[in-house]
Amino acid sequence: MAKVKGDIVVDINKCKGCELCAVACPQESLELSRKLNSKGYHYIVKIEDNCTGCTNCAMVCPDGIIKVYRKTEKKREQIATITNVTGDITVTVNS
Amino acid sequence: MNEKTMTAEEDLRFEQMLAEESVCTKENIVFDRTDTLIDTNMHYCPGCGHGVAHRLIAEVIDELDIQKDTIGVAPVGCSVLAYNYLNIDMNGAAHGRAAAVATGIKRVLPEKYVFTYQGDGDLAAIGTGETIHACNRGENFLIVFINNGIYGMTGGQMAPTTLPGMKSTTSPEGRDIVTMGSPLKITELIAQLPGTYYVTRTAVNSPVNVRKAKAAIKKSFEYQKLNKGTCLVEIVTNCPSNWKMNPVESNKWLEDNMLPFYPLGDIKKPSN
Ligand SMILES: Cc1ncc(C[n+]2csc(CCOP(=O)(O)OP(=O)(O)O)c2C)c(N)n1
Ligand code: SF4
Ligand code: SF4
Ligand code: SF4
Repeated sequence: MAKVKGDIVVDINKCKGCELCAVACPQESLELSRKLNSKGYHYIVKIEDNCTGCTNCAMVCPDGIIKVYRKTEKKREQIATITNVTGDITVTVNS
Repeated sequence: MNEKTMTAEEDLRFEQMLAEESVCTKENIVFDRTDTLIDTNMHYCPGCGHGVAHRLIAEVIDELDIQKDTIGVAPVGCSVLAYNYLNIDMNGAAHGRAAAVATGIKRVLPEKYVFTYQGDGDLAAIGTGETIHACNRGENFLIVFINNGIYGMTGGQMAPTTLPGMKSTTSPEGRDIVTMGSPLKITELIAQLPGTYYVTRTAVNSPVNVRKAKAAIKKSFEYQKLNKGTCLVEIVTNCPSNWKMNPVESNKWLEDNMLPFYPLGDIKKPSN
C-alpha cells in the first residue's frame, strides 16, 4: 500500500495564533507555541509528526501562511539481503 | 564510519540523501500562496474571514489566468484596504457605492473581469440602492458579499444582517425585531430580480465550506464571459472582535446561529 506523508511550513512571523488551523486538523498535529512571534502572538507549531498533507489547515488559515507538502511513498520491495562474512551485519536492499 | 573521517563529498552526499527523505521539497508542494495574493501582513484581526475570502479570489484569478484582466472594487469597511492584498487593478468606492462604480468600469471595459467586494453594512445598508439597481439592470459583474452580521470597522454596530436577539453596540439588549426590523436577507431578495444570473450563499468556517466558496467564485468569473447578468456570492463570515469571542468560538457561533438563519447553497442557478 502507498504511504502518504505530509508536512507543513508556517510563516510564523505572520501567524496571529487564531488556532483555526489547529481545530481544522484531523490529525491534531498543531498547537500554539509558548513563545511569541515578532508581532506578539503565540504562533502555530507542529506537535506531532503525523501530518498527511490534507491541506485542511491551509484552507482555513485567514492569513494564507501555511504551505503544505505531500508525498506518496510507494511500498519498497526487498530485493536482496546481504550478510557479511562474520555474520554480524545484515543489510537489506530495497528497490 | 566515524563522522570525523567523512570527506566533504561524502558529507554532501549524506545531506542530499537526507534532503531526499524530507517531504518538504518543491515537487511535493500541494498548497502554496498564490501569486495574486500579495505576501504581506494583513491588518485583519486574528481569525477574521476576510483573509480567507481574499485568498479564494486570488486563487481563482490565478487559476483562470486573468490577473491582468481583472478589476476589483473595494468597499468602505474593514476590507477597505483589499487592494493592498490583491495584486490586480483595484478601485476604492465610496461607502456602499461599489456596485455603481463597478457598473461604470464594466461598461467602459466590457472585456475585463470586474468584481466588487463588500461587507453587509456597505452592501445592504448604505449601498442597498446601488446593489439592487445594479442587480436589476443585470450588470455583468460579480459581487462578493461578506456577511458577518455587524459593522466591523466602526466597532460593532448593528447591521441590517444582525440576527434577532444578537447584541451589538447599538442593540445592547439584542436586536429587537419589533423596533429594529428583521434581518435583511438581501441575497434572497436580489435573486428575485431578472437581472441576476447566479446567486449563492457560502461560508469559510470549515475546509469543506472554503472549497465550496471557491468553486462558487470560480463559476461566477466564468459566467462573466457569457454576459448573462449579475452574479452574487455571499460569504457568511465571523467577526471575532466585535462578536467578542475568540476565533474558534466565533466559528462555532457562526455554525450554530448564522448558518441556520442564512442557509448555505445556491439561491438562483443558471437555467442551462
Ligand atoms: C458615508 C459614510 N458613512 C458612514 C461611514 C462609517 N463606516 C465605515 S465602515 C462602516 C460599516 C462597515 O461595515 P461592513 O460593511 O459590514 O464591513 P465590515 O467592516 O464588517 O467588514 C461604516 C458605517 C463612512 N465611512 N462613510
Ligand atoms: S495538512 Fe492536514 S494533517 Fe497536515 S497539519 Fe494541515 S490539517 Fe493537519
Ligand atoms: S490559521 Fe493561520 S494565522 Fe491562524 S493560527 Fe493557524 S497558521 Fe496562524
Ligand atoms: S473588526 Fe471584525 S470584520 Fe473587521 S477585521 Fe476585525 S474581525 Fe474582521
